[in-house]
Amino acid sequence: MDLYWIFFRMGAFTFGGGYAMLPIMQEEIVNKRQWATDTEIIDYYALGQVVPGIIAINTATLIGHRRRGNWGGLFSTLGMISPSIIIITIIAAFFHRFQEYQVVQQAFGGIRVVVVALIAHAVIKMWKQSVKNKVGFVLFLISFLVIILSNISPIVVIIASALAGLVLLQNKEGVAPK
Amino acid sequence: MIYITLFLEFFKIGLFSIGGGLVSLPFLYDLVDKYGWITSQDLLDMIAIAESTPGPIGINAATFMGYKTAGILGGAIASLGMAAPSLIIIAIIVHYFMKFNENPLVRAGFDGIRPAVVGLIAAAGFQVAKISLFNFDLYKTTKDFSQLIDLKALVLFAVMLYGINRFKKHPIVYIAIAGFVGIIFKF
Repeated sequence: MDLYWIFFRMGAFTFGGGYAMLPIMQEEIVNKRQWATDTEIIDYYALGQVVPGIIAINTATLIGHRRRGNWGGLFSTLGMISPSIIIITIIAAFFHRFQEYQVVQQAFGGIRVVVVALIAHAVIKMWKQSVKNKVGFVLFLISFLVIILSNISPIVVIIASALAGLVLLQNKEGVAPK
Repeated sequence: MIYITLFLEFFKIGLFSIGGGLVSLPFLYDLVDKYGWITSQDLLDMIAIAESTPGPIGINAATFMGYKTAGILGGAIASLGMAAPSLIIIAIIVHYFMKFNENPLVRAGFDGIRPAVVGLIAAAGFQVAKISLFNFDLYKTTKDFSQLIDLKALVLFAVMLYGINRFKKHPIVYIAIAGFVGIIFKF
């Protein structure tokens, strides 16, 4: 139950998910409770990023699991997602009514543009970290075009690119991006 | 049964989104395409809301979409579906912990996935850009090229992209600014 409330608080006070969570997690888990060291948290976090799933949820599950096994993982995750469910449900319930005002429509007209800018920014940032060689560039281009031009599911693209990585990038391990 | 569909669809998203924040976007877009639970415009509004409210973006988006589709229970089920793969996978790999990361096969696989994920997000971004930066539908009906480009939106886009890169403030700041700009310049 402790785990539930700790992660409930984290979920309730982390704006933007993922990366924003790290400092709060360090404060709650390392400084306040000494459940893990700074390096361990970074390791959990790194693992949370490469394992499928949402980073915040992965890291929460991992810490909970280390602490109290399967149930610990479950309660940490439930704690983490509870605030979202509550807050978003409230917003979504009223959002429809808000949408009828012209002012709100105009505001969201502007906001939609900035969301595209945020996405573009995320792409640029991830590009710098992920696309480091010709193979990477080709994989980027292919997956971009496949999604734009066909109805193939992103899931197929992910699996295909993992296989391509296995075949084409294994020997480059020494220089591969980390 | 809508609840089962919701759970399974978001389970798949949780299973295949690797990384943080916007990586689930291409999958959400795919759902919009497939089921029409919400519109592409709703998707953009949803991202803005998910980024401006506390909690992981993916979970926020799942709750929002689930709620729009099947009410309160739908929101909760979509979120649980999205979180479930993490629980299962972490429980399995926690035993192999550190070694998992260092396995050359695993790393080569992820080195292939990462650039593809960037491509997926770029594609989803491109598709939503068609709605908010260009008036494709209007262009299709009028065939008037000058109608295609929404100049106001493009200027705002360029300024915001520059600002995001330059000042690195929290997304909520830019979302608030864009909201005001939208009201003042009547977007």
